[in-house]
Amino acid sequence: LIKKGTYIEVEEIVLNKGERASHLPDDTKATPLKVWIRGLCQNDCNIGDTAEILTVTGRLQKGIVTIEKPRYDHDYGEYVEELQNIGKQAREILGVI
Amino acid sequence: MGKYEELMARKNEIMKKSIGIDYSIYEKGKLSFDYEKMMKDTGYSLNDVIKIQNDVGVGNTPLLELRNITKLARKVSKTGKAARIFIKDESANPSGSFKDRRASLSAYDAKIKGYKGIASATSGNYGAAVASQAAMRGLHCIIVQEAYDSRKVGQPEILEKGRKCEAYGAEVLRLTVGPELFYAYLKLLEDTGYYNASLYSAYGVCGVESLGYEIAVSCREKFGKNPDAVVVTHAGGGNVTGTGRGLIKAGADDTLLIGASVNLAGLHMASDIDFNKKSFTTGHTGFGIPFMTNPDRSDVPRSAARPLRYLDRYVTVTQGEVFYTTELLAQIEGMERGPAGNTSLAAAFVISQEMDDEQIIVVQETEYTGAGKHILPQLTFAKKNGIDLSLGDPREEIPGKNIIIPNHPSKMYIENLDLNKYRKSYIKNAAEKISGNEILDCDVDFLAEETRDSKDKVIKTLQELNLVIGR
Repeated sequence: LIKKGTYIEVEEIVLNKGERASHLPDDTKATPLKVWIRGLCQNDCNIGDTAEILTVTGRLQKGIVTIEKPRYDHDYGEYVEELQNIGKQAREILGVI
Repeated sequence: MGKYEELMARKNEIMKKSIGIDYSIYEKGKLSFDYEKMMKDTGYSLNDVIKIQNDVGVGNTPLLELRNITKLARKVSKTGKAARIFIKDESANPSGSFKDRRASLSAYDAKIKGYKGIASATSGNYGAAVASQAAMRGLHCIIVQEAYDSRKVGQPEILEKGRKCEAYGAEVLRLTVGPELFYAYLKLLEDTGYYNASLYSAYGVCGVESLGYEIAVSCREKFGKNPDAVVVTHAGGGNVTGTGRGLIKAGADDTLLIGASVNLAGLHMASDIDFNKKSFTTGHTGFGIPFMTNPDRSDVPRSAARPLRYLDRYVTVTQGEVFYTTELLAQIEGMERGPAGNTSLAAAFVISQEMDDEQIIVVQETEYTGAGKHILPQLTFAKKNGIDLSLGDPREEIPGKNIIIPNHPSKMYIENLDLNKYRKSYIKNAAEKISGNEILDCDVDFLAEETRDSKDKVIKTLQELNLVIGR
């Protein structure tokens, strides 16, 4: 159970498949336009429930609960071998090392 | 009429309320409008802009000489010569990019006009800039991002920008792919009554004028002359337009203004599948070309970003070249800066080799780097999305299929795009919006200004389109 007042993310459908703009590529047209918004839940809830949140700007927004306390998980990626020689080669051309 | 069409039909009315500009007063002829009057009606002179920006720590960024990159250009140049390359370190602005210049004026204007909040539709640095300026001015802020594909997978760079907006206290709406983001945005403006900090309003563009102005003034102070060329990363056109106007206001009429975009030919910008096949979310041809040939496709009725009025030349570089240049900037200049902002540096490295040693070429921006917004996560993400990464000749790069990191600095190249083709295309797009086949003499003047071309050439193109010029 997610306690009232917890920071959560909710999902809402902005436009269903049939409601989307006419000039769209087929792959996009086959999907609904969705939005995810974060804020404090106004009642106890569970993932998958419809819940209301209060956003940081003071808006009340309803949606399906997707995440409790969403974290940032983007990072610095993996080691990329293709980049390892760029600096070394440039320094050799410049004759600095 | 569906709810989408219904709301879109009220677009102009919502815009008028959210930005305080009645665009209809500038319209004239059959397809023209008074651009300079619209720019002047912001009520902010260049001096006012500089003062407003000074007050919030925006601008006056250092102009740094890239001595090692210049030396490297000379080593690989066919003539042995290359212009001195300078970079305007715009990452020194409060939120880490030149976009603070654009946001600063909108936030100031919103506060003066009594709005309680400010909003913007952007997945880029501009969101962070608006959020940062809103924090300084005590305004609520909502940023609407095109963030994910339908699987809820997002580019690491966009995820980072969402984080940064929230770090400044903004609310972020993260949407899936599609141009109807504009629908969600209009709905939000209508519901909240917030100020629309559009990248394409006169405020969003005249904030960049200080950048072109500072470059010209710094060069004259340091070297006693204007820069020979300024290279600008081109996407929606505001960066090119504002910088071009600033250079002209500084009297640097002889400086060549060169636009540079990452070549993403073949990738559809509204495609759910293509969305995560590109490694650049802005500064690419997917925005650069459509916004150049049809500037009023933006989120305001008349865009203040009109790049064809200012561009002398337009070139493209590859994704692999920008990643290569980003690594080079870190490795031999000791400056770790975000990849997208280095698009113009990749182009300048090649263009400098067409020039003489005593000439000066200025790269007019850098941007911050960080988790997500960095070559390693971006290349990791590309690989995970099936993009083949290799070392070799960047000429063989096919957007959406592979990324080729140049295996030697001599492999760096640019492609020159024909501005005449885009001038014609602009005229064709403008003409498509009129009813009937007659336009007025004032429209011909307008098209000549818009395309920075002679009236004769404009008339020739109009004749090819079977349009007649009435009185």
